[in-house]
Amino acid sequence: MAEIAIRDALNQAIDEEMARDQTVMIMGEEVAEYEGAYKVTRGLWKKYESPRVLDTPITENGFTGVGIGAALVGLRPIVEWMTFNFSIQALDQVISNAAKMRHMSGGQLKVPIVFRGPNGPAEYLSSQHSQAIQSFYAHIPGLKVVAPSTAYDSKGLLKTAIRDDNPVVFMEAEMMYSWTGEVPEEEYTVPFGKAAIRREGDDVTLISFSRPMRLLEEAADELASQGINAEVIDLRSLRPLDEDTIYASVRKTNRVVVLDDAWPVASFGSYVAWLISRNCFDELDAQVELVHAEDVPMPYNHKLELAVQVSTEKVVKAAKRVLYME
Amino acid sequence: MASKSKNDAKSGSDSAVSMNLKSYKKDFLYSALEKMLLIRRFEEKSAQMYGLRKIGGFCHLYNGQEAVAIAAAMAADMSRDYMLTAYRDHGHALACGMDPNVVMAELYGKITGCSRGKGGSMHMFDVEKHMLGGNGIVGAQIPIATGVAFAEMYKKKVMGQKDTGVALCFFGDGAVHQGAFHESLNLAGVWKLPAVYMVENNRFGMGSAVHRVSAVEDFEIKAVGYNIDGMQLDGMSFIDCYEGIGKAIERARKDSVPTLIDIKTYRYKGHSMSDPAKYRTKDELDKFKAQDPIELLKSAMKDAGMITDEDYQNLDKQIKQTVQEAVDFAENSDEPAIETIYEDVYV
Ligand SMILES: Cc1ncc(C[n+]2csc(CCOP(=O)(O)OP(=O)(O)O)c2C)c(N)n1
Ligand SMILES: [Mg+2]
Repeated sequence: MAEIAIRDALNQAIDEEMARDQTVMIMGEEVAEYEGAYKVTRGLWKKYESPRVLDTPITENGFTGVGIGAALVGLRPIVEWMTFNFSIQALDQVISNAAKMRHMSGGQLKVPIVFRGPNGPAEYLSSQHSQAIQSFYAHIPGLKVVAPSTAYDSKGLLKTAIRDDNPVVFMEAEMMYSWTGEVPEEEYTVPFGKAAIRREGDDVTLISFSRPMRLLEEAADELASQGINAEVIDLRSLRPLDEDTIYASVRKTNRVVVLDDAWPVASFGSYVAWLISRNCFDELDAQVELVHAEDVPMPYNHKLELAVQVSTEKVVKAAKRVLYME
Repeated sequence: MASKSKNDAKSGSDSAVSMNLKSYKKDFLYSALEKMLLIRRFEEKSAQMYGLRKIGGFCHLYNGQEAVAIAAAMAADMSRDYMLTAYRDHGHALACGMDPNVVMAELYGKITGCSRGKGGSMHMFDVEKHMLGGNGIVGAQIPIATGVAFAEMYKKKVMGQKDTGVALCFFGDGAVHQGAFHESLNLAGVWKLPAVYMVENNRFGMGSAVHRVSAVEDFEIKAVGYNIDGMQLDGMSFIDCYEGIGKAIERARKDSVPTLIDIKTYRYKGHSMSDPAKYRTKDELDKFKAQDPIELLKSAMKDAGMITDEDYQNLDKQIKQTVQEAVDFAENSDEPAIETIYEDVYV
């Protein structure tokens, strides 16, 4: 298997789906001639040309709506948002239209569209440009929401997203694009609604998704060095959510830490924590811990922004709390 | 009504030769030159410090566009008017009279920075100097500036205040297509707001040349649709900018009417520090550098006998010293304490 970067895994998924289906196209700011702000669309404009690989003006609300309209009548657009921070301008189109068309039309319409781009904090960008806003989307019935953490899943989930007949919000992370991982030569897809157990263990369950998965892996290493075996779960897909895998693990370890790099109030992580408290109440030996970003906007200063964000250390501490070791 | 388009500065404006200094006083022009040069040297130093990793993140430099912010600030009365711009904001911050020390300290993320190390390059604010940012979301400052203009109109009409101000709103050619722009201009037209909307048309929004993402290349014509005045200016000419923006400010102040100005300028550097700017040719860049706003003003002043090469070199030396002091100030300032993350969220 070839070891490739996440940005290239995403590129392969888009390329392969465009090659097999003429209705697939991609649009967004700088996706064509500039080959993407983060180079995810490298080479695609040269290969498929405009309008299949389409540069847009800086009009998130407009071009997101254009994608939705095109999806209603037979195209399978991929809308790239330069970052999810700018998707806030398009939130109305996504929530009011993409997520509602099927429902409002009593099942007549479908909206096969993918909205994708980097979500979550980057570095030295201050508060408007460094936000983890997965909760905004996970909140909305009518949307599917996925957030891979490996090159393999990035490719497999994106292919599934493009083929799905529903609107899919596909979250990447700027800091993850250069991470590498094994991706097979042959065709494959990864299904939605199936979590991955990254590491098996009996003592405590650690749950997250997207970029913070790295922190779980590091925390699990640290815990292992102290004789604690953590089970590490990568949700991969938020909507639909693989509740069975979560509960099976918690019933085995009886202790759980949920990590979500968003703010704590009404976050997806807090929802998962509630689900576990409700459905595994009798099996829990400690209250569920939620590791989250500090409830403040992101500062520019690097030391401060690191203090605001989730960290390996915070996960280890939380794990020790549920193990009554601190 | 939109005014007729002047010759596009792109096609080799001859303002270099013909810049008419008319009756401008030497001190005034000298001050304009000094302010523009301060921005230029400040930006060069910022780039250098970015290279040394003293500054991080997105850092958008203003080299080439200096005449715009300085002309606007000098045409305005910054004790009553307000400035709002996008993330390419170091020049506007300095133009408003912000202390280079606190601007540099903000770039360094230090507690002595204007935003206490919370904002960084894209978010320069100084309430006393009437600099209301530094906005990172393309087009998002346009409704905010419109709100500032609304409040000034309100204070005059409802509260009978005399010295109300004008909102000076700057944005890029890329921002013109956002709904926020169109919604704002219509409101300003309907409510007759004292605002001056300035497109700093530097020909590119990131890697997109204007013609690739815009159905028209001259933006002042969009004023027609909102029944407001439109104007086009040569952004490489301090005098042209000063006179044009000055007129718009005067109209806004006297008659409470907005103006949309398309200012043709050029950015010398990449979009931000990470952009190699492969989408344009060196020839194009050189063509604009040949009408450099600082060089143009300097040579016109020289021709008019207002400045000698030696004067200029002394001025430059002095400015470089000021910028070095800003760096020293930033270097020697403290990092903000970790607990400050909980501050400045609510009043
Ligand atoms: C709503 C939004 N979308 C996208 C971006 C990313 N972005 C930052 S600057 C920029 C280009 C803006 O160009 P222009 O308005 O011409 O201003 P300039 O950078 O040339 O000064 C883009 C696309 C953003 N900051 N905000
Ligand atoms: Mg521009």
